[in-house]
Amino acid sequence: MMNHSQPQGADYNYTVVRQFALTTVLWGIIGMSVGVLIAAQLIWPQLNFDTPWLTYSRLRPLHTNAVIFAFGTSALFATSYYIVQRTCQTRLFAPKLAAFTFWGWQAIILSAVLTLPLGITSGKEYAELEWPIDIAITIVWVTYAIVFFGTIIKRTTSHIYVANWFFGAFIITVAVLHIVNSMAVPVSLWKSYSLYAGAVDAMVQWWYGHNAVGFLLTAGFLGMMYYFVPKQAGRPVYSYRLSIVHFWALIALYIWAGPHHLHYTALPDWTQSLGMVMSLILFAPSWGGMINGIMTLSGAWHKLRTDPVLRFLVVSLSFYGMSTFEGPMMAIKTVNALSHYTDWTVGHVHSGALGWVAMVSIGSLYHLIPVLYGHGRMYSSNLVNVHFWLATIGTVLYIVSMWISGVMQGLMWRAVNSDGTLTYSFVESIEASYPFYFVRFLGGCFFVTGMLLMAYNVFKTVKAPKESLPALAEA
Amino acid sequence: MSSFWSIWITVLTIVVIVGCFVLLRIVSKNNTGVEEGESMGHSFDGIEELNNPLPKWWSYLFYVTIVFGVIYLALYPGLGNFKGFLGWSSANQSIGTENGIAADSKAAVELATKEGRWVQYDQEVKRADEKFGPIFKAYAETPLDELVKNEEALKVGGRLFLQNCSQCHGSDARGSKGFPNLADGDWLWGGELAEIKTSIMNGRHGMMPPKGGLPIEDSEVKGLAEYITKLAGRDHDAALAAQGQGSFMKGCFACHGMDGSGNKLMGAPNLTNNIWLYGGSRGSIEQTIKNGRSGVMPAWKDVLGEEKVHVITAYVYSLSNK
Repeated sequence: MMNHSQPQGADYNYTVVRQFALTTVLWGIIGMSVGVLIAAQLIWPQLNFDTPWLTYSRLRPLHTNAVIFAFGTSALFATSYYIVQRTCQTRLFAPKLAAFTFWGWQAIILSAVLTLPLGITSGKEYAELEWPIDIAITIVWVTYAIVFFGTIIKRTTSHIYVANWFFGAFIITVAVLHIVNSMAVPVSLWKSYSLYAGAVDAMVQWWYGHNAVGFLLTAGFLGMMYYFVPKQAGRPVYSYRLSIVHFWALIALYIWAGPHHLHYTALPDWTQSLGMVMSLILFAPSWGGMINGIMTLSGAWHKLRTDPVLRFLVVSLSFYGMSTFEGPMMAIKTVNALSHYTDWTVGHVHSGALGWVAMVSIGSLYHLIPVLYGHGRMYSSNLVNVHFWLATIGTVLYIVSMWISGVMQGLMWRAVNSDGTLTYSFVESIEASYPFYFVRFLGGCFFVTGMLLMAYNVFKTVKAPKESLPALAEA
Repeated sequence: MSSFWSIWITVLTIVVIVGCFVLLRIVSKNNTGVEEGESMGHSFDGIEELNNPLPKWWSYLFYVTIVFGVIYLALYPGLGNFKGFLGWSSANQSIGTENGIAADSKAAVELATKEGRWVQYDQEVKRADEKFGPIFKAYAETPLDELVKNEEALKVGGRLFLQNCSQCHGSDARGSKGFPNLADGDWLWGGELAEIKTSIMNGRHGMMPPKGGLPIEDSEVKGLAEYITKLAGRDHDAALAAQGQGSFMKGCFACHGMDGSGNKLMGAPNLTNNIWLYGGSRGSIEQTIKNGRSGVMPAWKDVLGEEKVHVITAYVYSLSNK
């Protein structure tokens, strides 16, 4: 019988898990609110108030850094520290180092919040932070690896659980990606130039960029999925063998996929071909995770009717499946010729970011927070349900509007008149996108509203007297 | 790339793809020693794992993508220096690699041209010229003063303007700081059809040296700006303007004319109509005098060709001559 709230004998280190879990909610609200603000600026440009540090160009990297590295990565820290202890049946290795990763990571996020609006940037997408912060990231990340792998080494179980394979791959690869891509020549305290030049720089950047998606936003969150889905469903993982194939294939293939961000550029032909081929072969391994997660619900589907937390997890897997189908398709050069540089890409990213990453994190937190604070359930299950619908509707509004505007932009840009002139000027395609920008903004508002409800629900749960929120009897 | 890196890439690629294939084959069989559908026997914090087989449709999907990948890499460049059996290259598409001459080399283009084969881009340009050439040829043979009455031609000119000219002059052709407004009837280089066409064909370079290159002191700039404000018919300080007039007479008139009405032969702006290319505030005018200005309109004859410039000329003219 699954017993998913009480620690089994071992006295786990939950302090650092609690800290990261709570900051995940905080940074989620901040990062997503900035996203909503810049979505609004695309409709009403005057919302930058003629202030340099409120302009789109400076807030956009703040949004991406806040949601990926503050919200998403805090969620990964929290869940990996929790899962590695519980599935290895041991306390965290080097608890002081674990505490250091918390404070170190928060300091890095704060420095991002300060430097990015000031316009201090290395100009590399998703790696904008300047070199002193990059060094700090490396130190904290290596410490994270020491704590995580140290815990694996001192485990009391014979095998290593699949969730930990994914966390391990994510931690090692992100370290390699970050260090290689951030290599730079500093010219002053707050300015450096990349060590690479030209097409090589572009290739290194997108090798990093795509694997930030592959290893941080996919592998890491698959680790989260592999614990919380079977736990919340109270069912065994569907297929051990499937997890072996899709894990090794996923990590072997993802690392090649970067060049599909640079189709039809100065990148050599062979690199573009390899990027496309590997992205396509990646399709099945990506879906392996979705199948294993969803099939784990065999025999527990009825729980979806009563358990909004499980709904979050299952819907996140559906969005994961959708975006990992869409990705390989967009990596095909012919499709990319239409989709590249349009809002379709933005929609695709958010199908993964909102639908998969955010929803699986939210679902996991709703499972995790009661356990961390000695309760059987969240303060209000109804609020979790309302949050679920807000998040789902918000994500759908976002993705669908960007699909339509993206395909529309791609078609408008290539439309030709009977006299050989282009039918539309660029500005006309922007004008035509306004209604969809508004729908996207609306979707963002839905999503952030859900996060605010979550903050309230988490606050009430944390503040409730111990064990005053018993688990509801299963229907 | 060197043969070392070529081999490196080829070997790694093959190892990864073949590795996926082999892994999929091996794990498709039940080698776990546990019966299919049963628990693997380990439990992690209460989570067990079942030994279910890989879904068939999923395995086939995986195989299909692997086969596609192998075929693609055989046909197209991908495995290091191997060019692929189609000899395709993104540069000089459709020539192909033949007799070991790489498709993206100059030698390949020369060889193909000799044999009467075309690079795809040139083919497309040729096709486009064949299809659209007659339309523009007909417009080019129509004198401009007739073309401006042809609604269809003006529409085509408008589209060409939006794609090629609006980046500087704006979609409404009303310009912005440093880029002339083409719809206000004021012309730096002349507003006749032939003059407009010359401006587009050959480009223009409007140069105002700092203080006109004249022996004017910095201290005189304020007065000069006041005089120019007066020329534009705006409120001004009469005494200061009179002082500025003296400075103006040091030589500004050579280009801008004694009355300040400009000279289209050198693109010297008319200072009396209160239309300002670089801003009309006193501060902007002082800055213009002190530091000079340099504005460039590029030549379009080699980019668009005379026939298209002809149509754009009619459109630009029509903006201020309804």
